[in-house]
Amino acid sequence: MTDLSKALVPAQPATARLFGLLREPLVLAIIAIVVMLGLGELLSPGFARGDQIVRLLTVAALLGIAAAGQNLVILAGGEGIDLSIGALISFGAVVAGNVMNGADAAILPAILAATAVTFLLGLVNGIGVTVIRIPPLVMTLGMMAVIQGGLVVFSQGIPSGNAAPALMHFINQPALFGLPGILFAWAALIVVMVFMLRRTAFGFAIYAVGANEKAARLFGLPVGLIRMLVFGLSGALAGLTGVLVIGYTGNSFISVGDQYMLPSIIAVVIGGTSLAGGSGGYVGTVAGAIALVLLQSILTTLHLEFWGRQFIFGGTLLLLLMLYGRQRAPRV
Amino acid sequence: MRLALRSERPAWLLASAAFVVLVVVNGLLQPGFFGGSVVQSNLTTFLPLVLVAIGQTYVVLGGDIDLSVGAIAALVNVVTVTTMAAVGDGPAAIAAGFAAGLGSALVCGLVNGLLIGRLRLQPMVTTFGTAIIFSAVALWILPQAGLEVPEAYWSTYGGIILGVPTVLVILALAVAFVVFLARRPFQSWLMAVGGNRSGAFQSGLGLDRIRISAFVLSAAFAGIAALCLTGETATGDPLLGQSLGMGSISAVALGGTLLSGGVGGAIGSIFGGLLLGMIGNVIFFAGLPYEYQTLVQGLIVLAALAGGVVVARR
Repeated sequence: MTDLSKALVPAQPATARLFGLLREPLVLAIIAIVVMLGLGELLSPGFARGDQIVRLLTVAALLGIAAAGQNLVILAGGEGIDLSIGALISFGAVVAGNVMNGADAAILPAILAATAVTFLLGLVNGIGVTVIRIPPLVMTLGMMAVIQGGLVVFSQGIPSGNAAPALMHFINQPALFGLPGILFAWAALIVVMVFMLRRTAFGFAIYAVGANEKAARLFGLPVGLIRMLVFGLSGALAGLTGVLVIGYTGNSFISVGDQYMLPSIIAVVIGGTSLAGGSGGYVGTVAGAIALVLLQSILTTLHLEFWGRQFIFGGTLLLLLMLYGRQRAPRV
Repeated sequence: MRLALRSERPAWLLASAAFVVLVVVNGLLQPGFFGGSVVQSNLTTFLPLVLVAIGQTYVVLGGDIDLSVGAIAALVNVVTVTTMAAVGDGPAAIAAGFAAGLGSALVCGLVNGLLIGRLRLQPMVTTFGTAIIFSAVALWILPQAGLEVPEAYWSTYGGIILGVPTVLVILALAVAFVVFLARRPFQSWLMAVGGNRSGAFQSGLGLDRIRISAFVLSAAFAGIAALCLTGETATGDPLLGQSLGMGSISAVALGGTLLSGGVGGAIGSIFGGLLLGMIGNVIFFAGLPYEYQTLVQGLIVLAALAGGVVVARR
């Protein structure tokens, strides 16, 4: 479809093409990343040093993996959004922490348990949205409250479970070429996500359902099943993020995932995926996650007061939206 | 087709039915539930969410969403309290505080409306962004909770006007406004914009102005809710009202307004807001341990939504 529309557009002069390129979210996000790295280095020498960048990428990886699920849900359209991601991350962290309890041998069972449980909870989201037809925003909001409430009841407010040493090493210590294992895991996820979205029937189906639900249904695609699976995957990826987060922090507390909920949506949006569904992709989201983490890091090094940091963060978000988050004007 | 059928039935029917059930349950659980003082204290707790939910309804009807209402309430609270403290004591301080507070609410609503209606930014992410900015400004004005408001303010809010509790007067005025607006062409335009945006544009409606007005209305109601909260707490708090955003959206959805826009009304949201408050009451007076509150509240809201959708389909 994109190829066809490109073929129909007449050839443009080079300058126009350059400006057109500047409107590409991915290009803009990469430019923003480079500019922010330079700015950070200027403000506080050593900001763009190798080990600092690795640390930033590690934080970005946690956000990026959580945002992968959010990306799938948003791509599949139908006002798709997953507000329960934060609670699911906390849930995954608590489950993993209690299964592991500091034992290296229990890492694999912990990952399996955390992702399986969160996959099922995500599936419940999907069933609520497709079978009972509750709007995704409200369904996942309700799920968030239920999971958070469940965690409070389960833990009675006391942190429980802790990470195995090998898992903490995987996230915080260099493994190969000075890079920690989590970055290789993220790279693998990027490859899998791009392959799945661009080269498999399931990926095409997600775009088709998101772009035009009616057409997808007439074409014979199982629209409901695809949406359900997408919510399930979002849950499982949030659960996986939870496992990694407990490896990053060492132990779990029940609100550890809250801080990922809205940033996961923002990373997807500034990465160029339309909230209306059907267009965008994961590479943009990766750039969006890195840009977001970088921005927060710069604002921290500025030694601004909290309100000043928040003001600039909000302002930058709006600026990015103005640059390419605009919706199409209605036409006669 | 389903859309047309559903709009035939008043959207608030289900919420009001659930409301009656909860009134009965509450009456059984809470001693003296129908007594004047208990009604007044309950209403004082529920009123801010009800007011915010009314404003949110207009934004949702127009096919948008406003996540910044909580931040607007916090900003209005600190602006009002700071102005009152600067002017002094007495009626002049109260009037100046109200004017400054509501004025800042209108500015916030106008910013949201211009960004979303004129520049066509995505509403959810935009109001999330403006919420961060409004909260930052609130923290800048009043870094930590404190300051006092004139006594006449909170004693009037907690008191009685002409034999009727002040909170009941405010609720009655809000209902009157909702009924008035429901009969104006504005609400039909709004529903047209939310239900079929390109159709509304093609029939010559000024989309920008209608959507901007909805955001200004939402901010104004958030501002009034903030003045109520300030009357209750009698102090400034830059972190006030953080649950109002999600709470008001739940109330709107519970009240039968479609979150995709175009169908529903603010009467339902009033019932939705009261419903949410009473669910909290039931949990408290049923003697459930504190830890279970979020869990049970979440389950009840989901069950109510699922039930509402299933019944509406019949």
